Amino acid sequence: MLTTPALNNGPHERSVATHPSGYLDDLESHAIFVIREVAAECKRPAILFSGGKDSAVVLHLAEKAFHPQPVLLPVLHVDTGRNFPETIRFRDEEVAARRLDLRVAPVNDPGTHAGPAISPNRLQSPTLLRAVTAYGFDACLGGARRDEDKARAKERVISVRDRRGRWDPSRQRAELWELYNCQVSDGEHLRVFPISDWTELDVWHYIHREGIRLPSIYFAHRRPVLRRDGLLLAVSDWVQPQPGETAEKLLVRFRTVGDATTTGAVESAAANPEQVIQELTTSAVSERGATRGDDRFSDAAMEDRKREGYF
Amino acid sequence: MLRIAAIGAVDDGKSTLIGRLLHDAGSLTEDQVRGLQGASAPGHRDGLNLSFVTDGLRAERQQGITIDVAYRYALTPNHKLVLADCPGHLEYTRNTATGASTADRALVVVDATRGLREQTRRHLAIAMVLGVRDLVVAVNKMDLVAWDRDVYTRLAAEIGQLAEGMGGASLIAVPVSAARGDQVVRRTSAAPWYGGPTLLEALDRAATDPKTSGTGPRLPVQMVAVGPDGYFCVGRLSGGTLRRDDEVVILPGGSHSRVLALDGPSGPIEVARPGMSLRVRLAGCPAVTRGDVIAHPGSAPRLWSTALTTVCWLTGPPARAGSQFQIKHLTLTSRAEVLSVAAVLDMNSLRMVPAAEVAANSIGLVRWRFDRPLAADPYAHSRATGAFIALAPGTRTTVGAGMISAFQ
Repeated sequence: MLTTPALNNGPHERSVATHPSGYLDDLESHAIFVIREVAAECKRPAILFSGGKDSAVVLHLAEKAFHPQPVLLPVLHVDTGRNFPETIRFRDEEVAARRLDLRVAPVNDPGTHAGPAISPNRLQSPTLLRAVTAYGFDACLGGARRDEDKARAKERVISVRDRRGRWDPSRQRAELWELYNCQVSDGEHLRVFPISDWTELDVWHYIHREGIRLPSIYFAHRRPVLRRDGLLLAVSDWVQPQPGETAEKLLVRFRTVGDATTTGAVESAAANPEQVIQELTTSAVSERGATRGDDRFSDAAMEDRKREGYF
Repeated sequence: MLRIAAIGAVDDGKSTLIGRLLHDAGSLTEDQVRGLQGASAPGHRDGLNLSFVTDGLRAERQQGITIDVAYRYALTPNHKLVLADCPGHLEYTRNTATGASTADRALVVVDATRGLREQTRRHLAIAMVLGVRDLVVAVNKMDLVAWDRDVYTRLAAEIGQLAEGMGGASLIAVPVSAARGDQVVRRTSAAPWYGGPTLLEALDRAATDPKTSGTGPRLPVQMVAVGPDGYFCVGRLSGGTLRRDDEVVILPGGSHSRVLALDGPSGPIEVARPGMSLRVRLAGCPAVTRGDVIAHPGSAPRLWSTALTTVCWLTGPPARAGSQFQIKHLTLTSRAEVLSVAAVLDMNSLRMVPAAEVAANSIGLVRWRFDRPLAADPYAHSRATGAFIALAPGTRTTVGAGMISAFQ
């Protein structure tokens, strides 16, 4: 019987100690199964790697899926050129440690396009598509999760994109049981999301349990930030105080990792995964709501980007 | 983890009910709730359009309908609930089938003011054909019939009868108002005659897992590779447990071997349980390839060259005698031909009637011939090993779903 109508409003109600870890094992085995199906059925699959926590988890799962062989799939980073240096350092360390075949696809000349009204993440779609075509990838494994966004909540685990990389929700395939249909017709390719059913909290529990390394900006640190449009933006080469703005040095961390001009920080003292989990169980704001300026342009911002070929 | 497919007719309030459930259970964050306000909600009592929790696509919000399955998550006292909000419209059968195929339990939403509709019957039939035998019925909009106990009792009985006619199911019916929130998460005084669980309590109670079945272990081989310790194969176990040193048979070939070593996702193990992704080394290097199934010799699945199946036809041209498809069963992709169509399900009576073809959005009885024999179990014994999908030759899209019948 329930004792409280507000199930997750109490502090520490879902502490590390009481997490029902049985289902983490199920999520893990399912994701490994998906990765192996794609590796077996697709001709030239790749892993999308942003340096963020979700792609770090996918990489970790891929390592388990192929063990004791190394991860032989190429790893693709669509680089807006405006990453946090910690992210790039982390990417390069991972590539060296795991001996990955990294391909970097730079977004063309972001400076000329990125005004305040256009999301620089939007520019990633054509770059991703050019890389998919140039390298001949027929499937791209990514770390997107259905709980991130209402349009993502609608996407299949195996998602067919047309020759222009576009997602058409009205033409999605049936996806029954775990019989994943990895076949495409000419010119189409697949986006594959092995951690579709993981929540942000699941991801952190898994990171904690497996000891997965992450860029340092996921944990509390002091840095100068600006308050702009309800976001805490880090001062960087690309984000400088405008007239009327002053930089403050705050104890912050990032909940997602993306382009430095649109990814906001949250005030936090969480210094390790366990503390992040404690913080998330009491957080009143969603991951993207807190930190992603790119999803605020319209109510259907993610849907629009996905229709254009976004991850 | 408990998977629930929410089904019912369009406009009966499925999406609003799921929105209410997540909202009142505290599973929505403040910014998500703000998004429901911004989405504007004429007629909604508390100014929130709760259906927008799952109706995430622009077309859905504009038309006020659900087009595709949305997945939402809630942590409850007993489970991580995965809620699949399935569309009610006729032409979206493929999406309802998608949501129901992995569901442990169905949430059947009916409108107290309108009663059972053809779409409700159709989607209930799809869910039950796909093996969902655990139903929670939400009799919604009870506030609009003044919480009339007779309406609730009659609708619960009608659905009970339908389920009985399709092989039976466990059923709990809860009178609710999604718009007002009565009996969804909060027990209110609206229906003093009702002493049963709230909707969330009914959804959260323990379920028997239909995915782990009455079969022995089955390991469909995904890949064969070579490591420093020799050849190994990988796959995800279903049905029963597999142990190191077990004698096994490799199907369809039939050669015998023994499990030399067993690795789970985190390293060597002695016993593997269903659902685990495994790496298995077999004694004596037997021939094994992707598509093979490893099982215990004493409880191995049958090999089927032909089979009578229930099919759920999803899209494209109808299935009729002579139609050929590529099929995927476990990890085996091969070809199959429809030998004959025996019947289709009449959606009004929910009885099988003679027919020559099974059209999209229909359920039928079809006999197939498989180019390669399938190591399969009747679907009633195992959802994992008793199912296959059919692919269209040109577009490679999934057009049909087959379930092997226990009666041949």
